[in-house]
Amino acid sequence: MAAIPDTDYGTPARASERSVTLTVDGMPVSVPEGTSVLRAAAEAGVTIPKLCATDSLEAFGSCRLCLVEIEGRRGYPASCTTPVEPGMQVRTQSPKLADLRRGVMELYISDHPLDCLTCSANGDCELQDMAGAVGLREVRYGFDGKNHLASPKDTSNPYFTFDPSKCIVCSRCVRACEEVQGTFALTIDGRGFDSVVSPGQLQAFMESECVSCGACVQACPTATLMDNSVIAHGTPDRSVITTCAYCGVGCAFEAEVKGSQVVRMTPYKNGQANHGHSCVKGRFAWGYATHKDRITTPMIREKITDPWREVTWDEAIGYAAREFQRIQRQYGRGAVGAISSSRCTNEETYLMQKLVRAAFRNNNIDTCARVCHSPTGFGLKQTLGESAGTQDFDSIDQTDVIVVIGANPTDGHPVFASHMKRRLRAGAKLIVVDPRRIDLVRSPHVEAQYHLKLRPGTNVAIINALAHVVVTEGLSDDAFVRARCEIESYEQWKAFVSRPEHAPEATEAITGVPSADVRAAARLYATGGNAAIYYGLGVTEHSQGSTMVMGIANLAMATGNLGRDGVGVNPLRGQNNVQGSCDMGSFPHEFPGYRHVLDDPTRALFEATYGVPLDAEPGLRIPNMFEASLDGSFKGLYLEGEDIAQSDPNTQHVTAALQAMECIVVQDLFLNETAKFAHVFLPGSSFLEKNGTFTNAERRISPVRKVMEPLGGKEDWEITVALSNALGYPMRYTHPSEIMDEIAQLTPTFAGVSYEKLDRLGSIQWPCNDAAPVGTPVMHRETFVRGKGKFLLTEYVATEEKVNRRYPLLLTTGRILSQYNVGAQTRRTANVEWHDEDRLEIHPHDAEERGINDGDWVGVVSRAGETTLRAHITERVQPGVVYTTFHHPESGANVITTENSDWATNCPEYKVTAVQVMPVFSASEWQARHKRFTEQQLTLLDDRRRL
Amino acid sequence: MNVEHLFTMANQIGRFYEAYPNRGEALQSAAMHLRRFWDPRMRLAFLQYLDTSGGEGLDAFMVEAVQAHRNELTPAARPAPPD
Repeated sequence: MAAIPDTDYGTPARASERSVTLTVDGMPVSVPEGTSVLRAAAEAGVTIPKLCATDSLEAFGSCRLCLVEIEGRRGYPASCTTPVEPGMQVRTQSPKLADLRRGVMELYISDHPLDCLTCSANGDCELQDMAGAVGLREVRYGFDGKNHLASPKDTSNPYFTFDPSKCIVCSRCVRACEEVQGTFALTIDGRGFDSVVSPGQLQAFMESECVSCGACVQACPTATLMDNSVIAHGTPDRSVITTCAYCGVGCAFEAEVKGSQVVRMTPYKNGQANHGHSCVKGRFAWGYATHKDRITTPMIREKITDPWREVTWDEAIGYAAREFQRIQRQYGRGAVGAISSSRCTNEETYLMQKLVRAAFRNNNIDTCARVCHSPTGFGLKQTLGESAGTQDFDSIDQTDVIVVIGANPTDGHPVFASHMKRRLRAGAKLIVVDPRRIDLVRSPHVEAQYHLKLRPGTNVAIINALAHVVVTEGLSDDAFVRARCEIESYEQWKAFVSRPEHAPEATEAITGVPSADVRAAARLYATGGNAAIYYGLGVTEHSQGSTMVMGIANLAMATGNLGRDGVGVNPLRGQNNVQGSCDMGSFPHEFPGYRHVLDDPTRALFEATYGVPLDAEPGLRIPNMFEASLDGSFKGLYLEGEDIAQSDPNTQHVTAALQAMECIVVQDLFLNETAKFAHVFLPGSSFLEKNGTFTNAERRISPVRKVMEPLGGKEDWEITVALSNALGYPMRYTHPSEIMDEIAQLTPTFAGVSYEKLDRLGSIQWPCNDAAPVGTPVMHRETFVRGKGKFLLTEYVATEEKVNRRYPLLLTTGRILSQYNVGAQTRRTANVEWHDEDRLEIHPHDAEERGINDGDWVGVVSRAGETTLRAHITERVQPGVVYTTFHHPESGANVITTENSDWATNCPEYKVTAVQVMPVFSASEWQARHKRFTEQQLTLLDDRRRL
Repeated sequence: MNVEHLFTMANQIGRFYEAYPNRGEALQSAAMHLRRFWDPRMRLAFLQYLDTSGGEGLDAFMVEAVQAHRNELTPAARPAPPD
């Protein structure tokens, strides 16, 4: 339950064009057809007592508190399960209803602890509220009979406690786990008086299928399921609506606070991305913001073998600025640059690119999108004209065929995955294209019609095969194409994709996917109704990442699956603000709004505002920065929130490049892997400590609101301002809203965005301008952004990363639900209880061939390097493919990934690395060196405290 | 710069555009991709190595693309550091 009162309407809202008018206690009220009497009463301002009903869940009718009298009807129907009818006359109060409700409450309280004053839900308990509402004064049954008061608590979950002694078996938790989350981890075991909530098979929560999303805790009306933080600290007294700093869903949360201490993060019911749902990370794993590892004082050092010196902000900023200026004088203007990240707000990213362009006077600015969705930006810009997904999340409610390519939403975008599963349970069909059997392929009440289990690196072959079927079997939407696309490019593409080498029968040898499955999947996509493609890094992190994105757009255009609800090309951006960091021009070749630095009018526009000439040459991408560093022409780097020493491929190459630089300035919360090579550490601020905005995967700009003062004394944007001023380029912002105003002034797709409008609307999906004053949920409705859609030829080119006798397996990497990216945040929370190390998933056949048992240490060797992980034997991967995550620095997952990258954007080919795996008995040489280096750097950090 | 790596990248770019039936357009697109996305020092190192190696290791398509658009790819002199 939420501590801060919020109207609970009892049952979900209904959408209907037909309105029904009834009277409740004599008051007329009009509601959409299908609305319950309970909700209609609430909308009329009449509160009917209830316990099992809540407006996030369908009506259940079990508690019998919400009984009403309806004129002309016998008995006392439950208002939650009774739909409104025209002219209905409802009475919500009468002596008989009062008796019935008191009787119900007597029964509940006869088997309930009477410890209200010391209960963690005191003041925030619906059972307590209902006892008061019905006027309960005595419990005639007494308290000496059989009861559940001695039921033991389940404290297995690190974030919440399950106290069955307080359970009223309203089943809200069970229903929340089914309807909202879709995991079905809970049930009611037993009947009648013996009914108990059962995680799994009467297991502890941590042993069950529970994914700790918190939906059950959110739904529970009593203290039965309660946040441990509330048990410890008491109920919060105010809340601040803000946006999650984890994945690209961008859930809206209420940060519930006592003073400046965050007590709980609860999903905001009116959040337009998440509609009141959350996952384990956003809901519970926010404690990293006040972890003991936080560094809150600026530090500098001349060499990375020196101890750190704690200094004032002025000293640190001044030192960094002088070093950057020295480097530019010595090595040239292009010898310095910066890397932003999704940890930055839009405003912070904008300032970083402005600092690079106006203070450094080059275009050496890049961002985390380089290593994930940069091919999305390139590919969708070429085909549709805009570097972003086409739909909002709610579009899926109109989808008939869902295609998931190279994504694992239940782990990477859990709240959206829950939404997707609801649509699948309602009847939508599912096609999964993935080398691995992701959870969506088969999970409770969800099963893919087709799982195209392709070999890693063969995406383009399969998209061409699907397109071949569509074109050669006459399944294209020619009317759509003629009206909306460049006909010449279409004809060229049709001829290309019709060639026999693109037929499923020909590509089967490449992809490993049976041709019959490809044909059936293509037919379903083209003819099954509204069809939407959702894709992730399994598309982009390949040497043909951009080509595959274009192939996806080609297929969507050819079948008319664009420009309305229920369809679309939907890149599942992995991070909270990776979309925003791209929108803000944190690219070496683009200004904010995806306009090329070579474009003279755009450059002139920015020059007029920035007041200095701007470089007309593209700058260095992140991988190019490493090359240039080793070449001696790139020596200074300013990073905010990005940990390239852990996240980028070929770790040894990256760290060699870092060691070749002369001034690395890291702005972050913790001493991360990159900071171990840094010369200046500027203490950053978490999302709880700053104001700004994030933009999620559906182009939704949402507010980030400060909940507590930054522990280091400055919000991240203030640090960039200070650095720019020290470099001699004045920045005079006093609040992030001023930065957004400047962004709006310079960027047509953001022209209508302001903090005032964000406060009023809650969030805005760009484009937001005169043509779309409240934003744009679905793009390309009448025309594509480039005018006519363009088909591009997508020849399959096999990756250069080949298996051979020495490296016979293909490694692919990905995420897991409980950890997030490099783990800087989640490793410093109790989420480590779910995933405390990265493991290598290997098929039983491959394991047996090598004498590997589950849990054995194995060496994983590639052309780039070697590391050691523990094996997990599973059939989720196919023979010939192994899989690991990258959340723990000591696992060295990126020691073995290579520098192969997407041809267009240099997005690393993380998903295809040829490896060999064998049992080992010690850590790898890299891991031993890493351990020694880490120990050395931590000692140098500790030494600072003694200076 | 690691020029062998630049050649690898250039070949990959070339293989995408070579699929286009209009050769002139394909050559220009491939060359312009380098112009639009490669930092000047990368283009300079690439052109210098092309001259000294004779293009060994570079696909014929990209040799032709680069030679046809050499002027556009050759960076101007680098400006002085900011004041």
